[in-house]
Amino acid sequence: MSRERLIEVKDLSFRYKADAPLSLDRVSLEVYAGEWLAIIGHNGSGKSTLAKCLNGLILPETGTVLVDGLNTRDEDAIWEIRRRVGMVFQNPDNQFVGTTVQDDVAFGMENHGIDRDEMVKRMASALKLVNMEGTENREPHRLSGGQKQRVAIAGIIALQPSIIILDEATSMLDPKGREDVLSVMHELNKTKGITVISITHDLDEAAGSDRIIAMEKGRIVLSGTPREVFQHPERLLELGLDLPFAIKMRQALSEQGIAVSPDAFSEEELVEELWKLKSTI
Amino acid sequence: MKLIIGQFVPGDSIIHRMDPRAKLITVFIFVFIVFLANNPWTYGFLLAFTVLGILVSKVPFSFIYRGLKPVLFIIIFTFILNALFTRQGDVLISAGWFQLTTAGLKQAIFISIRLLAIIVVTTLLTLTTSPIAITDGLETLLKPLKKWRFPVHEFALMMSIALRFIPTLMEETEKIMKAQMARGVDFSSGSLVKRGKAIIPLLVPLFVGAFKRAEDLAMAMEARGYRGDVGRTKFRLLKWHGRDTGLLSVLAVLTAALILMRG
Repeated sequence: MSRERLIEVKDLSFRYKADAPLSLDRVSLEVYAGEWLAIIGHNGSGKSTLAKCLNGLILPETGTVLVDGLNTRDEDAIWEIRRRVGMVFQNPDNQFVGTTVQDDVAFGMENHGIDRDEMVKRMASALKLVNMEGTENREPHRLSGGQKQRVAIAGIIALQPSIIILDEATSMLDPKGREDVLSVMHELNKTKGITVISITHDLDEAAGSDRIIAMEKGRIVLSGTPREVFQHPERLLELGLDLPFAIKMRQALSEQGIAVSPDAFSEEELVEELWKLKSTI
Repeated sequence: MKLIIGQFVPGDSIIHRMDPRAKLITVFIFVFIVFLANNPWTYGFLLAFTVLGILVSKVPFSFIYRGLKPVLFIIIFTFILNALFTRQGDVLISAGWFQLTTAGLKQAIFISIRLLAIIVVTTLLTLTTSPIAITDGLETLLKPLKKWRFPVHEFALMMSIALRFIPTLMEETEKIMKAQMARGVDFSSGSLVKRGKAIIPLLVPLFVGAFKRAEDLAMAMEARGYRGDVGRTKFRLLKWHGRDTGLLSVLAVLTAALILMRG
């Protein structure tokens, strides 16, 4: 993985009201090109606030946010920042602007003044990338939640961004819709090299990331690869998060005195280790 | 759930395919030239234009009747008024103070045709043009008003977002209604006052929800780079075809005929 820095956050603090406690407390982090970064934490930990700082929807009280060297405080750069940092929100219905799929995909492109011929081209390829081709004239109330989220992703891809932020984008979806959205995003991450920042409290989703940052009370309290972070299951429970199935299984097994190496954190790894456990070969 | 917003009846007739601008201009002008007619010939032209419109649009007559129904009473009322209170020409029927004269009958028929023609033609516009196409058409036609700071683009966007959220809010209404019914709210019986009160627990969550949606939507729009009308391009294109010029030509001929033939 290249270690080119895409986003640099330095000493970022923010609060919603002057007398309120800090929602973000001197947060510093870097996001590297091409990685899949999961930001976890329970409700009110500041993870969504942090996400909204990354594309300038919220401006820092103190500290700076640089996207590709552009400061979110810079009013001339803000629209370019928002083009480069796309964002998919939680509620599929409340971010669907157009009356049909194609109008919605076009909305972002219209805002950025893209030529119509170019729009048509980009729309076709964007819809294909999210497996929604052929639904151009469908109205939003005829789409499932997962389909709506994929249309939202298509609208962002059409702007050729370098980063897509999923702000709990799968939390209102059924398992099938969630899987569809995540597999589309993993595909984009791998083939198009789009950096993904996924804000989530679903640790199963976070387990598939390259790097995890855990937040509590506006601060970063844990960070590392999923393997490293899942070494401390008790810490994650303290943060109010539900552990992934494989980790829970591992814990339950070790309580029963069955020694499983602390390395196994995915289901496959666990199975792999279990079937070898009693083997004498 | 098949939801028809407004009264648009999807179809593929030549009128359906016409540019919304052409249709809007036609209806706008038609409403004025209707008042040029003042003799059997000219009223005949108006009627012919209207009937031709219905036939070409291939919209089932029942839909047009549905559009007419609410105003049918007004048409009949004006018919009777005109028939009763015009006392010129030969007397046809006379009973006591009641008198139906030829002039009265003629006047009544003319006025009814006038009203009918206006209503049918405007209904035909909304029946054959989707609300979003009407919005697009209005946006382009009203563009000159921008010079006087009239927010044409914002107005059109507001319309289209409102149209997009109608089904969403209807679904939500249904959900809330069921939730409140499960808690014992009775929407369908009792006095009018009682029923009106039952609506309150429906409206409050609906409004709160709508405001939450509006906030989310505003944020999503900003995240996608919306900054008003600045440097914006448009994806939905209106295309002017031969048929649209054709419609306006027919309208021009009708106007000329009305002017030449009126008595």
